[in-house]
Amino acid sequence: MAEVMTKGVLLALLAAVLGVGSAAYAEEVGDFVLPSSKAAALENCVEPTEYMRRNHFELIRHQRDETVYGGIRGDSHGLSGCVACHVGYDDSGTPIEIDAEGQFCRSCHAYASVEMNCFDCHATVPRGEAWNHEVAAAHAHLTGSAAARPTAAER
Amino acid sequence: MNHETESMNQGRRDFLGAAAGVSAAAVAPGVFLHTPVANAAPRTDPVTDMHRWGLLVDTSKCADGCTACVDACDSENGLNLQAKPHGQDELKWENQRAVWIRKVKLQDNLTGHVTNLPLMCQHCEHPPCVDVCPTGASFKRADGIVMVDRHTCIGCRYCMMACPYKARSFIHEQVDHKLTRAPRGKGCVESCNLCAHRLDNGDISTACAEACSAEGHQALIFGDLKDPMGPLRKALAKTPSRQIRQDLGLNTGVRYAGI
Repeated sequence: MAEVMTKGVLLALLAAVLGVGSAAYAEEVGDFVLPSSKAAALENCVEPTEYMRRNHFELIRHQRDETVYGGIRGDSHGLSGCVACHVGYDDSGTPIEIDAEGQFCRSCHAYASVEMNCFDCHATVPRGEAWNHEVAAAHAHLTGSAAARPTAAER
Repeated sequence: MNHETESMNQGRRDFLGAAAGVSAAAVAPGVFLHTPVANAAPRTDPVTDMHRWGLLVDTSKCADGCTACVDACDSENGLNLQAKPHGQDELKWENQRAVWIRKVKLQDNLTGHVTNLPLMCQHCEHPPCVDVCPTGASFKRADGIVMVDRHTCIGCRYCMMACPYKARSFIHEQVDHKLTRAPRGKGCVESCNLCAHRLDNGDISTACAEACSAEGHQALIFGDLKDPMGPLRKALAKTPSRQIRQDLGLNTGVRYAGI
């Protein structure tokens, strides 16, 4: 009887250790969102977090063809949206390259050991976006649209 | 919209013949087909062949020594962010760096008459660069803009060989600084895309035409070749214009007056 109880306790301990272990594991993966990025203040990404972790590139790749061939640039599934929201800022408010050491894209891709070559060609900080409030205001005279004021976050 | 395309495709002689006879009747049916873009907002549905974007260059207004269009294009499309690779010869770099617009100066040796003009991708209806592309990366968008899908481009440069206008550039080295609206990477070919990012966001303008107007020259008029009431077609109707290498029958979207 005593032997059975000992076995039970051991099993319970093992389960507890495993459980705690997997919880810590999950937390570690989620930690790649930088506190200084806009994304940190949001509950989840453009799709649920779990979905994004596994399928973000499917979304980006689909949006890529929509943009190149169809000219649809405003959709939230584009790479420029990822960069705009997930880019981290240093103390002076300057954006840090998203593929730099310790930054959002790089750190998770390094963790998962997946090569990332988006940023061989694409901008790593939000700079000269095709559309934001600032651009719309600058070109308002061309289209006669009501221009919205630029926000500090858009540059 | 086929009749529109065909009417732009006719030879000069046919055009003059038609103009003498039934010009008024031919223009009217297109009027209600055009839907003007009301406000600047990113588009949500794919581009269609309702529009065909183009330019008219009036070479008589293009000033000698002025590079406003080239400079505006450079900063709009991040071309000014390219850096000369360390140790490369200055002249070689000038020949190799990507440019989307070149200022070309022509002199008639007999009369001495000098013509200045900006030369960029002519956005052909039948683009040779698309014909020769082995991967399908070089393509024509539904609204007539000829572009490169750099995700598919393998950098073979057949398109650069095929283009009669020397409009395309090859990126030889990794580019450190890029704009969000203008990705750029080693091993791909690129050329003028008529500021597609502006059009896709409802701005019916290009950086070059805007800069030319700001300089007061008005040598570049941008607009829709399929909109008979638009600024481009109005200007084309008023001024005799032609295509560069019209003999190739490419039906270019960029037309030149005064050459």
